[in-house]
Amino acid sequence: MSVVKLSGDSSCPVTPHLNSGCGFPAPNAEIFFLEPYTTLNIFGMDFVIGKTSILAALVSLIVATFFLAAARPRKMVPGKLQSLGEQAYLFVRDQIAREVIGKDGDRFVPFLGSLFFFVWISNLMGVIPGAQFPIMSSLAFPVSLTLMVYGTYMYIGMKHQGPIKFFTSAMFPPGVPKAMYVLLAPLELLQLVVTRPVTQAIRLFANMFAGHLLLTTFTLAAYYLLSPSIIGVLGSVTSFGVTVVLTGFEMFIQGLQAFIFTLLTAVYIGGSLHAEH
Amino acid sequence: MSVLAEVTGSIGSIGYGLAAIGPGVGIGIIFGNGVQAIARQPEAYGVIRQNMILGFALTEALALIGFVVPFVFGA
Repeated sequence: MSVVKLSGDSSCPVTPHLNSGCGFPAPNAEIFFLEPYTTLNIFGMDFVIGKTSILAALVSLIVATFFLAAARPRKMVPGKLQSLGEQAYLFVRDQIAREVIGKDGDRFVPFLGSLFFFVWISNLMGVIPGAQFPIMSSLAFPVSLTLMVYGTYMYIGMKHQGPIKFFTSAMFPPGVPKAMYVLLAPLELLQLVVTRPVTQAIRLFANMFAGHLLLTTFTLAAYYLLSPSIIGVLGSVTSFGVTVVLTGFEMFIQGLQAFIFTLLTAVYIGGSLHAEH
Repeated sequence: MSVLAEVTGSIGSIGYGLAAIGPGVGIGIIFGNGVQAIARQPEAYGVIRQNMILGFALTEALALIGFVVPFVFGA
């Protein structure tokens, strides 16, 4: 009779192979809580320096350096770097800002562009060898970005429509029977104040969380199944192949999520600029 | 109060399955109608695609919340 020990058993290694009598060590949420390198205590607050914060600093450095380098020697005939920077800028301007906000969307392109490229490169860290940790799978990062977006469109809405009219125009959309407002007004207010920011943050976070967990599961499975048996070798090769395919799929999702995050930001800003008619 | 019926095991995965039904149907409708709209009016591709992605993002959030909640509130 064979007894399969659970991976939590102390007699099992952290990453066992098949037929060693140890169960598959399925990854769980613990893989997102990395050991901090060091903890700084500044003014009574703990600042954790870990892989996530170092990667985040690196990403902002990469994005800032790229756009500064692309824009610095601004020439009439753009060089390779400058035309790449222009392509990136034009993508955000034409696909997001002008398409969603309209003519006066141009002044939001720097904000939207920074958001898009920061989120995209942060997500991309999930598949870059060596880094392999999507920064946005730590809830703090999507939440702080969303708070920034939230503050921006709240401020713009109150400035352009007036502090009271901003809320009333959202709560009482025109063209609805009067009696429906009893039901609609609280829902619309909740949507504006709570649901929008919460779902925007959760969407980005959960996508990266799920993608990283999926990749980890198949990578671990490829390692676990690798053993001197036919089933083991076949399973291991299949699992590795799935990992490669999923990595490609994950890169698509990462770009899409960065695009969606920026698109929603533009939609919310556009909604604050012009009341619904 | 005595317990009449109890469900044990990984209920989180069942919860995710239930949470994925609605968004599954919704995303199907969004892309189905989106493709139909593009086929009827190919020149409006840009606007249709953008609204399609927007609707997809709003619907997909529900499934993702269903995926994350068991990790957050699970045992």
